[in-house]
Amino acid sequence: MKRHLLTVAILGGLIVLLVLVNQWLGIRLYDRIATNLCISLVLVLGLQVFMGNSGILSFAHMGFMGVGAYTSAVLTIPAQMKGMALPDLYPFLQAVQVSPYLAIAAGGIVAALVAAALSYPLMRLSDAAAVITSFALLVVLYTVMTHWSQVTNGPRTLFGLPKATDLPLAAGVAILALIAALVFKESRTGRLLRASRDDETAAAALGAHIPSLRWRAFILAALFAGVGGALWGHFITSFSPKAFYLKETFLILSMLVIGGANTVTGAIVGTFIVTIAYESLRGFEGVLNEAKIMSNPVIGLTEIVLALAMIAVLALRPGGLFPTREIGALFGRKKTRQENAG
Amino acid sequence: MTFTVQFLIDVLSLGGAYALMALGLVIVYGILKLVNFAYGELIMVAGYAMFLMGGSGLPWLVMAGVAVIMAVIAGIATDYVAFRPVRAKSVTAVLITSFAFSTLLQNAALLFISPRPRPVPLPDIFSQTVTIFGAITPVRNLITIVAAIVLLALFAWLMRRTVLGIAMRAAATNFTMARMLGVPANLIITSAFAISGFLAGVVGLLWIGRIGTVVPGIGLEPLLVAFIATVIGGMRSMTGAVIGGFLLALIDTTLNYTLSQELLKFRDAFTFSLVILILLWRPDGLIKGPASGQRT
Repeated sequence: MKRHLLTVAILGGLIVLLVLVNQWLGIRLYDRIATNLCISLVLVLGLQVFMGNSGILSFAHMGFMGVGAYTSAVLTIPAQMKGMALPDLYPFLQAVQVSPYLAIAAGGIVAALVAAALSYPLMRLSDAAAVITSFALLVVLYTVMTHWSQVTNGPRTLFGLPKATDLPLAAGVAILALIAALVFKESRTGRLLRASRDDETAAAALGAHIPSLRWRAFILAALFAGVGGALWGHFITSFSPKAFYLKETFLILSMLVIGGANTVTGAIVGTFIVTIAYESLRGFEGVLNEAKIMSNPVIGLTEIVLALAMIAVLALRPGGLFPTREIGALFGRKKTRQENAG
Repeated sequence: MTFTVQFLIDVLSLGGAYALMALGLVIVYGILKLVNFAYGELIMVAGYAMFLMGGSGLPWLVMAGVAVIMAVIAGIATDYVAFRPVRAKSVTAVLITSFAFSTLLQNAALLFISPRPRPVPLPDIFSQTVTIFGAITPVRNLITIVAAIVLLALFAWLMRRTVLGIAMRAAATNFTMARMLGVPANLIITSAFAISGFLAGVVGLLWIGRIGTVVPGIGLEPLLVAFIATVIGGMRSMTGAVIGGFLLALIDTTLNYTLSQELLKFRDAFTFSLVILILLWRPDGLIKGPASGQRT
């Protein structure tokens, strides 16, 4: 128990530190980066809840982020704006306008409900079949988002969301997500699920009902994704379905994998490292574009470096930076060892 | 009559392309039990090779040959970069590295060439049409059908009659046993990637021939098609992949003719839901391949 509290304290402290440093610096650009970082934390922790505990790669996560973002958008865009932003909206939704904070929660719940309804049968599959179906699920969600113009304004940009997400809110949600991910990991479901990850046959023989365990983790992951998506929607205030597809999946996945998918610590450390690397590379691209070294605008450099980093990490440390132990356990172990030696 | 011929040619030409795409994916999956997410980028490589040679004035067939060779090289590179370093470690790791390699190639194209579509040189014959039983058909559809038949026959011969093919089938059935009997693992895997690249290169030429331009994201659709086709047909069986390709073409063409405009937009959602349903009903696909052995 103590080591879990230590983990929460260290990782939560990291997030609080981020907020404090940002307040102290007071630069608007950093404010944006830090808020994005906290939203990414929520998303990556959600992916960790499913992937880390079940050992199954899921591509569908971004789709549920989209579900959350669009749900929250439909609930919060002011009634007089809806005529412009969503001209084809169903009449019974036209007058609806709730507080963004309620809508963010609703976004998470709707994403979780959608996941619960769609995913139960998929949880029976393992390995490649599971990955391909989750990929298929992402494509289905993306296709629906791109063409259901009544609710999403089709492939066009949806605008008019009230700006409600600021750094303290995003950081608060990130800390809640951190605690929830750790609690789930140590819960009975989480432990059984990790047993099934390490040996499916043995876990099933011990009586673990694997599809139902995976299902619970998947729903929780979708809840995180939906909340993350809604937070992001209220931060960026206008977006299109393209924001919830492969490029973003790659980014979220690289955060989790570089940090280590099996631990909550890995998810958080990975998000910090990748966000910092991503933003510096973006800045560097900007500098290159200003200097006009190449005739074309420089794009894609960031993704190339991230992809190389991902391959290198997986080749050298397949488990990521924190493959098995949470940071609290690592510190705790060191201390016990010193006490024993002394 | 006209409609029947039209429908048949549509299904066969689309199915031929789909079957080749699926075959290129499944040949690697059969041996390694691993999905290659960078498969679509092999098609992109072939396309950009054509674009870069566009102004050189070489005969088209020479350019096409070079483009296919580039795709083969890219296929082998996938093995060395994304698969070999992590192959023995974990399934998830390989899936992620191949996904990363795909992102790498796409963004390299973005960075070094252009995010905008680039024209690909095509011989005149690709834009001509002929009339068969009253149905106006582009010649490239007929070329696709012929190419698919020739390549599938060649492939069947390779897999059944040559030492390499027999060794590959042995490795696909029971990798450990095949190794013990002296089949060199790395050579077999690299050959599988080379064949995968070859098929992708040829399909790439035919596929890009339909559009005439190449963009960095061009590989996504063929990858999805190959996914669905292999899943429908059976991940472990090469015959299954071919049948899956034709079946998917039949479904797509039928949906194209029957769905209303309003619903046609959701076609991808329909086909992918179908994949999910088929996997639930038969997790191994319609045709069961040989029982799978352990991975390396």
